[in-house]
Order: sequence, then C-alpha cells, then structure tokens
Amino acid sequence: MYRIRFHGRGGQGMKTASRMLGTALFLEGFQVQDAPRYGAERRGAPIFAYVRAARDPIHERGVIREPDLVVVADDSLVPVPAAGVLQGITARTVMLISTNEAAATWRDRINFSGSLLTLPVETSEQAELRFVGAASAGAAARLLGAIPRATLEAAVREELSALGEDIIRRNLEQALDAFDRMAEHAGCVNEGTAFSVADAKAPDWVDLPLDEADAAAAAIHAGATSVEVRTGLWRVLRPVIDYDRCNRCWWVCSEFCPDSAITVAADGRPEIDYDHCKGCMICVAQCPPHAIAAVPEQEFAEKTP
Amino acid sequence: MTRALITGNQAAAWGARLARADYMPSFPITPQTEIIETIAGWIDQGEMDCRMAMMESEHSMITAAGAAAATGVRVFTATSSQGLLYAMEMIYGVPGMRAPFVLVNVSRGLQTPVTLEPDHTDVLAARDSGFLQIHCSTCQEVLDQTLIAYRLAEHHRVRLPVIVNLDGFYLSFTREPVEIPDPAAVDRFLPGFDPETTRFRAGEPLSQGVVVLGSVPYSYFRYETHLATLQGLPAYAEIAAEFAQAFGREYGALETYKSDDAEWVLFMMGSFATKAKDAVDRMREAGWKVGLVRPRLLRPFPDEPLRQALAGKRGVAVVDQNLSMGKGGVLHSELASVLYGQPDAPTILASFIGGLGGRDIAPEEFFEMIQVLRRAAEEGRPPTPRLLFTADELREVRKLQAVAHAERREELK
Repeated sequence: MYRIRFHGRGGQGMKTASRMLGTALFLEGFQVQDAPRYGAERRGAPIFAYVRAARDPIHERGVIREPDLVVVADDSLVPVPAAGVLQGITARTVMLISTNEAAATWRDRINFSGSLLTLPVETSEQAELRFVGAASAGAAARLLGAIPRATLEAAVREELSALGEDIIRRNLEQALDAFDRMAEHAGCVNEGTAFSVADAKAPDWVDLPLDEADAAAAAIHAGATSVEVRTGLWRVLRPVIDYDRCNRCWWVCSEFCPDSAITVAADGRPEIDYDHCKGCMICVAQCPPHAIAAVPEQEFAEKTP
Repeated sequence: MTRALITGNQAAAWGARLARADYMPSFPITPQTEIIETIAGWIDQGEMDCRMAMMESEHSMITAAGAAAATGVRVFTATSSQGLLYAMEMIYGVPGMRAPFVLVNVSRGLQTPVTLEPDHTDVLAARDSGFLQIHCSTCQEVLDQTLIAYRLAEHHRVRLPVIVNLDGFYLSFTREPVEIPDPAAVDRFLPGFDPETTRFRAGEPLSQGVVVLGSVPYSYFRYETHLATLQGLPAYAEIAAEFAQAFGREYGALETYKSDDAEWVLFMMGSFATKAKDAVDRMREAGWKVGLVRPRLLRPFPDEPLRQALAGKRGVAVVDQNLSMGKGGVLHSELASVLYGQPDAPTILASFIGGLGGRDIAPEEFFEMIQVLRRAAEEGRPPTPRLLFTADELREVRKLQAVAHAERREELK
C-alpha cells in the first residue's frame, strides 16, 4: 500500500493536491482513500491531507503513521513541531520539499539520511504559493511511478472542473512541469508493508487516576493562554511599518487589527506583535498615509541575518 | 452504474437523491454540512427534484420531518452530535406518529469539552427513541444503507423513522471508491413511497401526537412502537437479501469477518471496525484464531444472530466508541444482556473503551486486547474495563493542564 502525506498551509491547496493524486491513482485502477485533516483550520495555519492507495480494499483509516512519501509544500513548516511534518518518517520515507534551498541543507537540518528531494519554487509565487498544490500532486505522481502523465492531466481536470479553463490550464502547467522535473526519480517511492504482530510493542496503557474536580474540569484558569499559540507562523505576508511615513494615527491600524496584534508605544508609535499577527493585511489596506508595506515572509527572512 | 471517488457525506447525499426524497428540512452542523451542501447544489442545478427548507434549529427540523412524512411524502434529513441532541425532544416524539423517514447522523463526540471528531455517544442518546439505527463502516455502505433504510422505515410492519449513522472525518470527509447504482435499478428496489393510511390531507383531518391521560393507553402505544421496532429485524433481513440480489452487496444485520472458526472475537461498530479487520488479518498471519463481529443494526438489536455468531467463542473483546457515565461501554452491556445464561456463551466478555473523540486505535492495541482475553481465559475471570489510553497521552494532557493552570491550588499555596 502507498501511504502519502501532504503538508502545507490552509489556502495552499493541500486537500486539492491529495484529491488530484487520489483521483489519478483511482483512474489507474487503485483502491484509494484520501482525506484532509480539518480542525480549527484557517488560511495560513498548518494543515495536512493524506492518500492511501492499494490494489486490495483498504481497511486502514485515519492519520498515516509511517508515510512512504511526505510532500511539503511550504518549507517554513518543516521546523514547526505543531505541523507534524517529520512525524513517523523512517529511512525508507521519501521526502519532497518545495524550496529554493539545497537538498543537502535540508538533510543536515532535519538530520535525515534517506531520500530527500526538492522542488524549486518560482520566486514570483513565493508569497502566495498559488499553484503549489498542483505542483505537489504532479511531483508526487511521478515519484510513485504508477501514474502516466495523461492520467495526471485527467485527474487535475476532474478535480478543478468547476473552476473554469483558465485556472485548469495554469494548474496543469504546474502539475505537469513538476511531473517532468521528477523524471529521474520516477518510481523511487516504494509501497510500505503491513504492520505485523511480530513488529508490535505492547501499548503502554495506563489507568487514569481520579483527579480533583477542579483539575478534571475542562476549564482554563490561566488568563490569555491564546498568547501561547504563535499564530504568527500562519503568516505568508508581513506588514512592515515605515515609521518615517507613519503619522501616528495609531487608532486606525490598531482598531482595525482583528487580532489585537497592534499595540501603541508611549510615544504613539503603533507596534506590530509578529508572534500573533496572522498576516491578513487589513492594516495595510486601512493605513491612511500608506505607511505599511506587505513584505513576503520569504523575502524578509532572506534580508534578515 | 458508475464508480466514483466520493466522501461519506456525498454518499449519503447520493442515497437521498437516488431514493428520490421529496422534502429535506435542514440545519447545518459540522461534520454533516457537506450533505446538505451537496443536495442544495443538485437542486440548484435541476439534477434533483426535492424541496429543501432551512429551519431555525434541529428541533424544528425533526418536527418538520415527522410532519411531512405524515403527509405521505418521502423525507430525508441529516444532523450530527449537538444538533441531534438539540432535536432530542422530537427524536423521541416523532416515532410514535409512525411516520417513516430517514435521518443521517454524522457521529461527532459530545461536549463538554467540545470536539469535532467522532464517537457514538451522540447517536446512542437516540437509542431508546423508537428510531431504528443502522451503523456504517465504509462510504459505499453509507449510500447503500440509506436506500435500505427507506425500505425498512416504510415497511408496513415497521413504519418508523430510521437513523443511518456514519463517523465524522473517518467517513464524512474521507473519499473512497463508491459504486453509484443506476437510478432505474434503485427505482425497482425502492419504488415511490406508498404511505398507505399514513396520509395527512386537508380534506381528511387527523390529530397527530395526541395526549393520553392514562397509563393504560400510554403503555399500549409505547409498547406497540417497541413491537414494531422488533419487526425491523426480520424486515431488515428480507430487504437486505433483496438488495444483495439487485446490487450484489451483502449487508446482514451482522458483519462477520473471519469469525466462523475464531476463538477470539473483536466486537465493535462503525468505521473503526475496518481497522479491526486489518488487525484481524495481521493476527491471522501470526496464526492467532481471531475474527471480527460488527453489528450493522443497533436498533433493533440483533439478539439471536449475535448468540449464533458468538456461540462457543473463548473470548469477546467489546470495543465501545462511546461512554455511558457511571456504567461504561454501551455495547458491552447490551451484548452481556444477550449472552447471559446462554449455555454456549463466550467464557470471557471484556470491555474496552476506545476511539473517544476520534482517538486512534493502533494495530498493537487490537493485538493487546486479544492478549488480555487470553490471560483472562487462563485466569478464568473477566478483566476490568480498560480505557485505551497510554502513558504518553496522559503526559500530553498534563502539559495542557499546566498551560491551563488546572492545578490552581498549587499556585495559591
């Protein structure tokens, strides 16, 4: 059975990518199961979707424990523990990362000795990664080696049929380009085997203790625990204030910020809390003197040592 | 017949479409909403001739469903979790009207705390209502059982509403290959609704949902509903046999998987049972004599088929994806009541609580359940009930509690 996991951010098309690959496998006669993992998902928040494919009916369900292929559409998620990108990877897992950095750099960074491939990202796409879903599906299809180019095309067309020819054409370009780029690695992903009784370790079950009611009630006593959730990592665009142009009308930007992520310093300068700004760019649109710029995070990171 | 990759929600919608439902009172709730979205899309494009009404709550939705069914039209509706509970007064109310319709419930754990992922405590709250209950384990089964459910609900000895249950996420948002039958074939299996005398017309006045101020008529009417529910078992068997003949897919009241020669049996319902099937295959490879029994029908409970399927087994591990506070697993109690006093009842009946709020059940946990049965059989007494919960998971919860300052008294010291 093939077990594939796609990681990206809400809005980058990971559910669509999993469906393109799932449909392609289905068209090739595989039994297929694909599903996105929803939660409190938002645009920019880490999400994943998965695909299982086999010749026999699939009985496994839910999250994939040991993936054969992990596709990462947004390289900034790799170091984020909450994104779970590295969960369950073994020496036989193939990792495919959309990135402009070298594969060797990533191998060192995540201490991974297995097969790690990269898919370059168009510079113009970096902020939004609009077609990364299609590219991820196309590359994954080639790495499995079980999907002809024409089948990938049919699957992309089927999944996007409601969106019109122009969008289909642009996604197809990306999907087929990624498919072609992976030519030398075609078929490098191998189907995983079933987990056997001999491999199994007995589960470490515990008897739950009876806790006091105030601890066992699902209540949050600590104030503002949402501070602990660094939603700043959802951001692909960063609002940057040019204080030379800012005319200190702080009540405009701070009032419009839906996350209360703009505070006001003693001297009247608005300051952005980048740990919690989700990058909605409402402040950019509202700022009367146009003193807030939208800078792609990637560009910002490259300029900042 | 077409074969398509669709979600469990879309499969339920296809069931309603192929059943040619006339009326669909609706109210959105995650993870069910995709069902009404799909049907709304079809109605908008003229592909389905159905009147959809957005109600102001699930309580009104079930009231409208029962009332519309009493006029003699075919009714479909869907909900989930808190929505089902919000409707609970009418869930217990409409069966007594003996007006048949189909309600799809997409299981999702109940609050508190709030979750989106599945367990069966929601649908089991409707267990004693007079709705019949069918539980599905694949997307294909969701479509097929929706069709079977109409036949069952409208059967002249039954005449009761039916709940078709599927698990949120694991089926609702998961695409699997599904055979969508030809409408003509479905029409032959499931002709238009013949309401017989259940026909509320302006020209034929009728009082529904009446008051009986006396225990005697009350007892009569309530017990009649129970007797009609019991008729669901033979009726289901007839209908499932017809379905198998028409479409080639078998849906007995019980699904039995490698259980005929098994010494040890896993007993559970819903989509997690397919995980158990996988575990059974692994254990069979290792030479363990293990099988799976999964009830499709929860109401009526298939007493006699269960006695037969489990006769002579050494042990049964009941995996309850639900929790009755102060008692434990609901299926465990129900199965115990079926097996108690039977001469060839399984020696060991063990209770496991797992999959609450969609918590995964790992293959090694199924293996360990069988080991627990073996040890219990050697000792000759049943094991204590067990929550599937690991030391790592407890550590995870402790971390959350620390963030939430759950141990306030420590701070006050």
